[in-house]
Amino acid sequence: MAKADFEIPELKEFPEVPPVVPGTMAHSQPFIAKPEFQESLNFPGELVDDWHDKAIDAMGDLLGKYRSLQVYLDSCVKCGACTDKCHYYLGTSDPKNMPVGRQDLLRKVYRRYYTFAGKYFPKLVGAVDLTKEVLDDWYTYYHQCSQCRRCSVFCPYGIDTAEISMAAREIMDTVGLGSKYNNEIIVKAQTIGNNLGLPEPALVDTLGGLEEDLLDDTGLEIKVPVDVHGADVLLVTPSADFFAEPHIDGLMGYAKVFHAAGISWTLSSYASEAANFSMFIGSYANMKKQAERIRKAALELGVKRLVVGECGHAWRVAYSFWNTLAGPFDFLDPNYPVPQHIVEFTHQLHTAGAIKFDKERNDGKVLTFHDSCNVSRASRMGDKPGGQYRLPRDLLRASCNNFVDMPRETIFESTYCCGGGGGLLTDDLMEVRVKGALPRMEALNHVIQENGVTHMAAICAICKTQFAKVLPYYGMGMDQIISLHQVVGDALVLGTPNQ
Amino acid sequence: MSFLTVAFAALFYAATLLLVVGLARRISLYWRTPAPLKIPTTPAPVTQGGVVLRMFREVVFFESLFKSTKWTWLFGWVFHMALFAVLFRHLRYFTEAESIMAVVTFVSPLFKYLAFAMIIGLLGLWGRRLFVDRVRYISAPSDHLMLLLLLLIGISGAMTTFVAHTDVVMVKAFFRSLMTFSFSDMPNLPNDPFIVVHLLLVAVLMIIFPISKLLHAPGVFFSPTRNQVDNPREQRHIADWARKLEQ
Repeated sequence: MAKADFEIPELKEFPEVPPVVPGTMAHSQPFIAKPEFQESLNFPGELVDDWHDKAIDAMGDLLGKYRSLQVYLDSCVKCGACTDKCHYYLGTSDPKNMPVGRQDLLRKVYRRYYTFAGKYFPKLVGAVDLTKEVLDDWYTYYHQCSQCRRCSVFCPYGIDTAEISMAAREIMDTVGLGSKYNNEIIVKAQTIGNNLGLPEPALVDTLGGLEEDLLDDTGLEIKVPVDVHGADVLLVTPSADFFAEPHIDGLMGYAKVFHAAGISWTLSSYASEAANFSMFIGSYANMKKQAERIRKAALELGVKRLVVGECGHAWRVAYSFWNTLAGPFDFLDPNYPVPQHIVEFTHQLHTAGAIKFDKERNDGKVLTFHDSCNVSRASRMGDKPGGQYRLPRDLLRASCNNFVDMPRETIFESTYCCGGGGGLLTDDLMEVRVKGALPRMEALNHVIQENGVTHMAAICAICKTQFAKVLPYYGMGMDQIISLHQVVGDALVLGTPNQ
Repeated sequence: MSFLTVAFAALFYAATLLLVVGLARRISLYWRTPAPLKIPTTPAPVTQGGVVLRMFREVVFFESLFKSTKWTWLFGWVFHMALFAVLFRHLRYFTEAESIMAVVTFVSPLFKYLAFAMIIGLLGLWGRRLFVDRVRYISAPSDHLMLLLLLLIGISGAMTTFVAHTDVVMVKAFFRSLMTFSFSDMPNLPNDPFIVVHLLLVAVLMIIFPISKLLHAPGVFFSPTRNQVDNPREQRHIADWARKLEQ
């Protein structure tokens, strides 16, 4: 079991809603971004002297730009429906991690400066001045929200805490208070082209190594092409796929699918990142900048289709926002959705009979599937609502004999976050990551005990990294989390090697 | 005219004006504020008709709340539906239209008892606010006072029906002359304490409606997670302020 300098929550057979214990996570803050990174994103380098007025102005600006923010700050009736829905509350007992508790950190300031009741009767409606303590609370608790939107499923008005936490982070960035993890990554993606900061030569080298691995494994010359002009498909995938386990097995899985289907494809060294962390900090302008890199790459390479690899929030940005941010994509083949998820791509090939699986090759595994938040609650796959749940499961069932779902209240639209989403996947937030993973760990433990599940497949780079890290804290193996396309790739019938 | 009558006439004109103007301004603000990105909580309908249906389920059955917590749903839904039924019965104070009066008269014997359902719903909601630690933590004084206000409105109204009958003919004549601005034949309001308290608190509720959390009523219709069609790949969606960022 991994060592920790904090208490690891106990796995219970039936999840329990803990009693309120104020302040348990008040000490948890991410490192603050360095001035150089802040400035390259057009934010002040450090906390400005007139942060108070600037923050109130920034709030007013966002209220005029985002209907979600305006309506959600007004509409909450404090019914409590969301209070037991956040994995961070369930794992930490801190009431400021209840969705409404988190929203209220911003709402009470909104009321004070922007509503009649809060201006004249602040105590009555719980409105407060923006003080340094309040700003500190914002930095603390808006970095304990993974923007997973589980609360928005259960709110009678659809209030989405992700919208509030994005706005709060944008306000903080505007006054010079950004998180190191997010903002440094965004700069890397905007300058080098990917979150890892992997320059083109290193990328080409890495992919060459992968081709060798694929040759060793299969005896086939399966390519992982980069910057190939005129390829049919541009694959944009999270850069973790180039580098980390278990992501890299997923990338090899995609390569096998392309190979088996005989469809030409390429990666781009210029747009070598599907992730778009600008969403996490609520920055429309930066999010647009990152999305435009992909449009540019698609145009320059002259591809016909855009396919997105396994990444949760990237799929949200791609599916829901690309058309808005960097569209229209009318230069691509209109016979395919733009963009297409790699799961949609593989599913279509399998349905058409263009690829075949030998399920028995996965007989050593009993699999379950983790629905990623952004895929589940902020996007779709296929033509019908809910395709984002059906398609990945179709692929898993087609490529293995042993598949079991976790309890219904922990999957589909009710899925629990891995605990590391929304820009929290950093070591300085390890405690909240481990504690926030509790509900998912309980659900996984349930199917391990009841059904002998050996592996959990996922389609999100953040989920995979997070689980690889936190599974050991709960006494499970870091290798129990795998890429969906690893399962697919292992079962894929590739034909006999050319001798 | 009695002082009470004049005072209440002025109060209800003021309250109506504040309610209508306040709500109109708020709704127009929600209407004008752009939603720059497609953010429906999925799975979401892929057609506009589907969205109408989703919104219908949300405002009539409180679908999301039902998924969330059965007790809050039960008390909340019972309170709101009973409130609407009781409000519908109140139409008899404002209209002479025979068709509406016929319907109101027909449902009255049943609907008048729904005042109790309304009160029970409110007590249930308050119980949760007092005894569930999470809900207690998020409650401001105004959250408790709002429940108190609604409870007192319900109880005082029920008293006029079930305990000390008010002269409803006079009440109706009062509101009809307010509505038609015919002050010459305006009758005096009955001097019963229950009706006076009831009307006073209703006016307070009308006044605070546009400056309180009661804005959830128009708000739900403007909630982007609930009212957007899931079609971002098919249709480009762009706000005016975002268009300015286009090169």
